[in-house]
Amino acid sequence: MVYLTRKAEFSASHYYHSPEFTPEENRRIFGKCNNPNGHGHNYTLEVTVKGEVDPRSGFVVDLKQLKEMMHREVLDVMDHRFLNKEVPEFMTAIPTTENIAIAVWQRLQPKLQQAQLHRVRVYETPDLFVDFYGEK
Amino acid sequence: MKAHLTRRYLFSASHRLHSPEMSVAENLATYGKCNNPHGHGHNYSLEVTVSGTVDTTTGMVCNLVDLDQCVEREVLSRYHLENLNTKKEFTVTVPTTENLCIEIFEILQRSLGHAHLEKVRLEETMMNSFEYTGNNGPPR
Repeated sequence: MVYLTRKAEFSASHYYHSPEFTPEENRRIFGKCNNPNGHGHNYTLEVTVKGEVDPRSGFVVDLKQLKEMMHREVLDVMDHRFLNKEVPEFMTAIPTTENIAIAVWQRLQPKLQQAQLHRVRVYETPDLFVDFYGEK
Repeated sequence: MKAHLTRRYLFSASHRLHSPEMSVAENLATYGKCNNPHGHGHNYSLEVTVSGTVDTTTGMVCNLVDLDQCVEREVLSRYHLENLNTKKEFTVTVPTTENLCIEIFEILQRSLGHAHLEKVRLEETMMNSFEYTGNNGPPR
């Protein structure tokens, strides 16, 4: 089994707000992230796939296809967007780094044919990242 | 849905590697320049990984403010700009980065109530890093 990781970057804005909380609770729990005008990050995405190396191609996965898929399914949807207002998943779920990692997994996992998705890592800043392994 | 969240913190500290169980010559042979009696320092990079179910209301594994406050109170305020050898946990135990990594894991395991502590990763320099997971199995 070989693991391959492809990196990509996207920039987006978001804010944290739950309709289940009162305005005071939202401010207390989410602090500055509750500003309804949003704020932005340069996100780094790492997608790790795993599989056996194909004896003919020498590939675990065709990198060009993986790169195109990441562009189509994730970057085209999230790059230079206001996540709360423009990305369907975040009309209901709060676009925390945790939920972004889960959304990326759910977008890529059904599309991958050659290799298996192993991990989605999303860096919100160099000091904060989330890993999602598809665990329930 | 279960996710792993990692937060990075920086602190700087000095230490000297010297074991009372070894002779002067053995200490010097084992620890080399790190055995310098006056000590030396590093900028440590600490990565704390917690795991848990993503809360459906908040979208979070744990509240970052709570995590930051806990690490600041229990670890950074204890070690940042300090000499590790002066700490009680390192009076007998040598403050290698291995031992510091284990110590920080155990401190956080006792004090983190917000999420499950998965791993502590400690970089002593850009070239050396150490990971400790307690009973969580090998690092992923």
